[in-house]
Amino acid sequence: MYGNGLKPLSIATVATLALSLSLVFFYAPLDADQGFIQKIFYLHVPLAITALIGFVIGGVFAILHLRSGDSRWDAYSYVSIHMSVIFGVAVLITGAIWAKASWGHWWVWDEPTLVSFLIVFLMYATYYPFRYAIEDRDRQARYASVFAITAGAFVPLNFMAVRMAESLVHPRTFATAEGGLPAEMMLTFLVSLVAMGLLWTTLVKFELTAKSASGQLKRLRRALDAPSSGGASRVAPEVS
Amino acid sequence: MLELLPTGAPALPLDEAGKYVAGAYVVFLVLIVVYVAIMAAKLQRIESELRELAGFAEHRANRDQAL
Amino acid sequence: MTPTRVAFSALLGKDLRTELRTLQSLPAMALFAVTTFVIFRFGLDRTALSGSLAAGVLWVTLLFAAILGINRLFVAEREEGGFDAVRLAPIDRTAVFAAKAAALLVYLVALELITVPIFAIFFLDSAAALPPLALALLLADLGLAATGTLISSMAVNSRARDLLTPLVLLPLAVPLSIATTGAIEPLLGVGGPTYERFGTWLAVLGLYDLIFLLVGYAVFDFLLED
Repeated sequence: MYGNGLKPLSIATVATLALSLSLVFFYAPLDADQGFIQKIFYLHVPLAITALIGFVIGGVFAILHLRSGDSRWDAYSYVSIHMSVIFGVAVLITGAIWAKASWGHWWVWDEPTLVSFLIVFLMYATYYPFRYAIEDRDRQARYASVFAITAGAFVPLNFMAVRMAESLVHPRTFATAEGGLPAEMMLTFLVSLVAMGLLWTTLVKFELTAKSASGQLKRLRRALDAPSSGGASRVAPEVS
Repeated sequence: MLELLPTGAPALPLDEAGKYVAGAYVVFLVLIVVYVAIMAAKLQRIESELRELAGFAEHRANRDQAL
Repeated sequence: MTPTRVAFSALLGKDLRTELRTLQSLPAMALFAVTTFVIFRFGLDRTALSGSLAAGVLWVTLLFAAILGINRLFVAEREEGGFDAVRLAPIDRTAVFAAKAAALLVYLVALELITVPIFAIFFLDSAAALPPLALALLLADLGLAATGTLISSMAVNSRARDLLTPLVLLPLAVPLSIATTGAIEPLLGVGGPTYERFGTWLAVLGLYDLIFLLVGYAVFDFLLED
């Protein structure tokens, strides 16, 4: 049952999010160079890391789906990718806000990580039209898994290539982790990361529970020979 | 990912910077709320379908009893 | 069970012979590329290109021309029912992937043999850059062949297949494009070819090729079963 554990998970998520927000605004020191703007990072970077891990998880579920043929893995894969795409939207918007605040432009091509993420986002955004275009359910699930695996292999390669494309004429100076991220900032960052991870997991579970309920309803409908109401979703895999 | 923190960019005055930071967190919040709203709509649809099916099943049970 | 080598050469031979006989894809791809060069001449308002501009125009044109060919890669199978024949044949499915990718590679190399000299004549000062250019393009073609075959074989069974292939393939081709133009740009410099980071970019291309050939090899079985 997907709903099992959803309540304690949600509570843990809310608690960690609250803790992280408190740490961000009351505990973490002000960055010497960036000032208050730097606080966006406790939001933007954990969202990004969570989204990327989510894509990888989607790929892992896809591998499990292909190996077992069990359509449940396909549903997990779909929801993982779906949730990471939504988180991706948040990453890009918060990234743009941060760019505007830091450099006065809503978008900068100088930031290799942000650019890489945009490309990854565009890649996974094609997941939906791709699924939708394949009518046969079985085939759709199989091909979607192949897509998720291919896209998963693509992510690290993409980050590497974009980073290498960085113009050598404008070297960027970054504050490296060794260079001195004070312990307070590190702690705040880690807590925020855990909070986003929990949020992602909770929402994925939430989505799967809803899907499962819809699936059960369909079964019930069929068992009762009741006339069906709405059409089945052509894109989202069903869970029963 | 931590090397992401760039240095050398001028810091905005606190009130200006505050608007951007608030904006980012508001976007985050809005996305969560929108998601919850969509899920709520789904839940509502599931509930009404369930009610409809329950009524249908009862109707069937009564009809079978009457036969 | 037919040995994979035999199946591979049979399938590859069939594809190449068909293309040679019907000339469906190659002339169109080449014509498209050359016309696009002309459009770029006017679009950029330039009669000579060098450096990043030359690398960009050349690669983008080749990429889009390649997509035309990739779209058509499995069309014959789909329309003539060749898929069923291949599925029923007692061969290792990876032979199909290898054969199709090899065929696509041949088309891409042929495309470049025709269009790159024309590009040089249109826009470049000298042909000195052509040999290292050919090497970089060869590695790029390999990557395009792997991903193109993979995506095309899935898209061919869908609606809107002409739209789907470029849609999914283009983001996938971004790292490939970065590495290819990275390698090519210094070759097309005004003063003559330089080899700044040439080896590094070739290594990236090789990595890309390796990864997607492996992915294709691993998953192609699942694409053909039905």
